[in-house]
Amino acid sequence: MTRSKAALIGVGSLKPVRRTEGETTLGMLARVSALALADAGLEKDAIDGLLVGPQVGETPQHVPATVSEYLGLQPTMSNVVDLGGASGPGMIWRAAAAIEAGMCETVLCVIGNHRNPEAPRSPNRNPIREFDVPFGASGANISYALLKQAHMARYGSTDEDFALIAHWARANAQRNPDAIFHGQPASVEDVLASPLVASPLRLFEIVMPVAGAEAVILTSAARAKSLCARAVHLLGAGEKITHRAVSQAPDLTSGPLKPSMARAFAQSGLTVRDMSLLSLYDCYTIMVATTLEDSGICPPGGFGAFMRAHDFGPEGDWPLNTHGGQLGYGQPDLAGGMTHVTEAVRQLRGTAQGRQIRDPRFALVTGNGATMSEAVALVLGADA
Amino acid sequence: MIDLATLSVPGPTETELTKPFWAAAAEGRLLIQRCEDCGRAVFYPREICPHCWSSRLVWADASGRGRLKSFSTIHKPGHPGWQPAAPYTVGLVELEEGPTMLSFILTGPDAPRVGQALVMQPTDIGGRVLPAFKIDNDNQKGDQS
Repeated sequence: MTRSKAALIGVGSLKPVRRTEGETTLGMLARVSALALADAGLEKDAIDGLLVGPQVGETPQHVPATVSEYLGLQPTMSNVVDLGGASGPGMIWRAAAAIEAGMCETVLCVIGNHRNPEAPRSPNRNPIREFDVPFGASGANISYALLKQAHMARYGSTDEDFALIAHWARANAQRNPDAIFHGQPASVEDVLASPLVASPLRLFEIVMPVAGAEAVILTSAARAKSLCARAVHLLGAGEKITHRAVSQAPDLTSGPLKPSMARAFAQSGLTVRDMSLLSLYDCYTIMVATTLEDSGICPPGGFGAFMRAHDFGPEGDWPLNTHGGQLGYGQPDLAGGMTHVTEAVRQLRGTAQGRQIRDPRFALVTGNGATMSEAVALVLGADA
Repeated sequence: MIDLATLSVPGPTETELTKPFWAAAAEGRLLIQRCEDCGRAVFYPREICPHCWSSRLVWADASGRGRLKSFSTIHKPGHPGWQPAAPYTVGLVELEEGPTMLSFILTGPDAPRVGQALVMQPTDIGGRVLPAFKIDNDNQKGDQS
């Protein structure tokens, strides 16, 4: 029987919004932390561990101390997890490891950002700035466009195949009133009619940037038993980092999630076919395509046939990103990756109102950062 | 296509280490590093070889030939200074020596194809001559991907 490494006992989410006015990231982190604490049924002083994301444009250094001070916490374990979109899932196994190491018992993992109009970004002076930007390659869209083009060239995958991924994300967003695209479904034809941003990527294949925040509280499996009726446990985790710039990627059609997912499954004693929910990082359609293939659920180059053969809604045979994914929910910057964790917790404990999947047992959660560079995979399981 | 020299876009943020690369680029040459211990070519320039961690890296002229691994035609640039040039194409160029670099791809009337042979074409972008690439029509070995 699979052993629990720690239990996920509380989650909180701020509804994504396109813009904020005068908000601080610290203030948003505080509000979402309070939601997760209430959800866990804990008092604040139970928190003795803190993991936070990078504070884009607000607090460049000493982030854990700044957040602890603001929240009135005095953690005995704290750190920044800086893995781009993989930061949220990356916090989960680190929290479990810290609990197992005896450094703390209850960890708050919190990540979010404001989106005030000026949104300052610190100037990069690194290789990607020196060797990619001068040729007209700024931002993530181009990197993922290059990955999609490489997949199409190698496997003959089509725009229709990729459009199915965006279509399903929008379809699932119709079941989540918090999703930024709630009320705006998109057919495959709509996706294909959306404007080209960086060929072959079209607008609806790209996440919408929003403000938001997500928090998760973990505690030891023993303590969880006394706290909640149906705890969600971390059963396996894997992580791998391979590069930063897409030009340095060792492979364009398979990524570091492949070994990450293999490790997470090996630790859990489960396979992808045991999963009740796929909660897969989806900054772009190509990311879902590559992750499906890297998971072994379909062969390399086979994601299009897989998308056409299954139903990915909450009542479907392969529920996928039931919160809408980031393509349907919106991408609250680095907190986007954590939405895949909070959705999996809600589904596994049976509290995903209006979009609950049947017989939830296990979920695969993935996180991805930079240019398919930073990868975290988690296998979560509910108390039977 | 507008004259790329007139663009107001961010140029290279060169460092002490990378000065020879950009100085050579200004002269129309593609200068990359080679490791004297493991023999492998290195791009982008580094203090140590990423393959064997030797510090015995020397500069060497690259052939300027490569192969298009992937490309994207950009309609909405990430930097506003590039908007007058849109749509324009960037690509991943696997150099003959081994490493891959991202570069500007000068395109003709036909859309580029993954696998095409490329050759370096020094190009003034925003007032600096940079190593862009063009389709090498003399060296196509048939389509491949």
